[in-house]
Amino acid sequence: MSALHDLTAHELSELLGRKEVSARELAAAMYARMAEVEEEIHGYVLLTQEVAQQQAAEVDERRAKGEALPALAGIPIGLKDIFCTKGIETTCCSRILEGFVPPYDAGVVERCREHGLVFLGKTNMDEFAMGSSTENSARGYSRNPWDLEKVPGGSSGGSAAAVAASEAVVSLGTDTGGSIRQPASLCGVVGMKPTYGRVSRYGVVAYASSLDQVGPIVKDVRDCALMLNVLCGQDPRDATSLPAPVPDYTQALGREVKGLRIGLVKEFMEYQGVGVEAEVGAAVRAAVAKLEELGAEVEEVSLPNLNYSIPVYYIIAPAEASSNLARYDGVQYGYRAGEAEDIITMYRVTRDEGFGAEVKRRIMLGTYTLSAGYYDAYYLKAGQVRTLIRRDFDRAFERCDLLVGPVSPTVAFGIGEKTDDPIAMYLSDVCTIPVNLGGLPGMSVPCGFSASGLPIGLHIVGQPLGEEAMLRAAYAYEQSTGFHLRRAQPVREEAGRRAVVARA
Amino acid sequence: MRLTPEEVEHVALLGRLRLSEEERERFTTQLNSILEYFEQLQQVDTEGVPPMSHAIAMTNVMREDEPRPSLTPEEALGNAPEAERDCFLVPRVIE
Repeated sequence: MSALHDLTAHELSELLGRKEVSARELAAAMYARMAEVEEEIHGYVLLTQEVAQQQAAEVDERRAKGEALPALAGIPIGLKDIFCTKGIETTCCSRILEGFVPPYDAGVVERCREHGLVFLGKTNMDEFAMGSSTENSARGYSRNPWDLEKVPGGSSGGSAAAVAASEAVVSLGTDTGGSIRQPASLCGVVGMKPTYGRVSRYGVVAYASSLDQVGPIVKDVRDCALMLNVLCGQDPRDATSLPAPVPDYTQALGREVKGLRIGLVKEFMEYQGVGVEAEVGAAVRAAVAKLEELGAEVEEVSLPNLNYSIPVYYIIAPAEASSNLARYDGVQYGYRAGEAEDIITMYRVTRDEGFGAEVKRRIMLGTYTLSAGYYDAYYLKAGQVRTLIRRDFDRAFERCDLLVGPVSPTVAFGIGEKTDDPIAMYLSDVCTIPVNLGGLPGMSVPCGFSASGLPIGLHIVGQPLGEEAMLRAAYAYEQSTGFHLRRAQPVREEAGRRAVVARA
Repeated sequence: MRLTPEEVEHVALLGRLRLSEEERERFTTQLNSILEYFEQLQQVDTEGVPPMSHAIAMTNVMREDEPRPSLTPEEALGNAPEAERDCFLVPRVIE
């Protein structure tokens, strides 16, 4: 039998339910796993052992009393450091929030508590979720469990790496331009960004409010459905959360895909005429062929305005960020620079010392494009092209139930490879960004490996509130392939360092 | 070049950032290349297209205006870099 830490949430849920393992034993097994691999992976920026022990003990007690427990009670979870956790430091991996201990829980954190999930710790991320590699974290970068010299993706890179390295059973991320799906793809796990408004963002540190959404990173599609059951639903404290009823997402699993109409998006396969990496393209085409074999009707579709997604996103997101991040001024919480003679200087020195380079770059960019005289040329224009992108999606969905393509144009890239070239880094989100601009749900499902052993993800995009159709296709595909069953063994190969970090 | 180092300094003041000379130069180069990259949007005909500001068509979500419990002053001030008598302390603002 596999080690406990390698199992999925639904497998562990059965073991817990049959009392073959206790929540306390499971939490201990996860920390034991971290002792083996975390030094290399650095998926976490804070471990919360005491909280986890207490939560696990409560679940065990309730189970001992014979209480009926939620499906994921006792399942260990890693929380991206972007979620406010009452009494637990939350920094968004920025120096400016160092030492910030929220007096309340984010809406999704509350839901996780209500469902009895066990909080292992806070996971690493790019500062304020701005980045695609975790290299912008003020707390050091994470490593990809499949190859320690590669990035895990970002911004939810710690959450993806922790699940892929079996240091968490499930984790939470956020996705503004691909920050759940791209790291899930690069780390060979399943990640979903639900429809904009499907999940509460109350208590989630805001980056770009018209794009941000919360979602799970997990080991397989069934776990994804179980996590959606925990997370989805309206929250009166988030005015953008949708009043739509929430189905039992596990009901979508196991239904056949026969008759499902799937569109392979040309602009996902090539952006402005430049194709994705050959191995990525081949794996995605093979996945599409598999879906067709399973009974789906496949056609190629073209959404030409997607070719403008990157400039549209990098106008809209920094503009919203420059406004959202105005609150970090050294007054109410977080870091404040030392003695300053006047308040403007205090603000400027605090923000200079508190923010990293990418965050400053985006604040500068957003401040500029929103400033007098430039608004029409940039922000307004970007908003208009965003409408055209959404119309392209709407048209495609008249013919298709789902759209597919790659999640990332490349497999995981090297640590340090793109840090000096902002636009090259921005292009790694070329397939995921349009989905946020459209407010649509999107997910990454493992669909193969490169010759060098790095994971490739299949991107499945649904209509607004179309998560069930996505899960249905993803589950059928996953069950017919088995890429989700492979586990990374984080190993150091070069001479002079410990040869094997993890022993299976 | 769209942005001069002086304009970059002005934007930094608007954004309440302080830049070192080295940062000012680097941002001038980088922001110019990013703004140049944005130029491609001018090719798109957006005549009469309304701007999309949000993914869902919901506006003015209202609730009853009724008193509810909130954070205590201690909780609200718990993370303040400096506080005194239920107030946040800042450097002198008025001469």
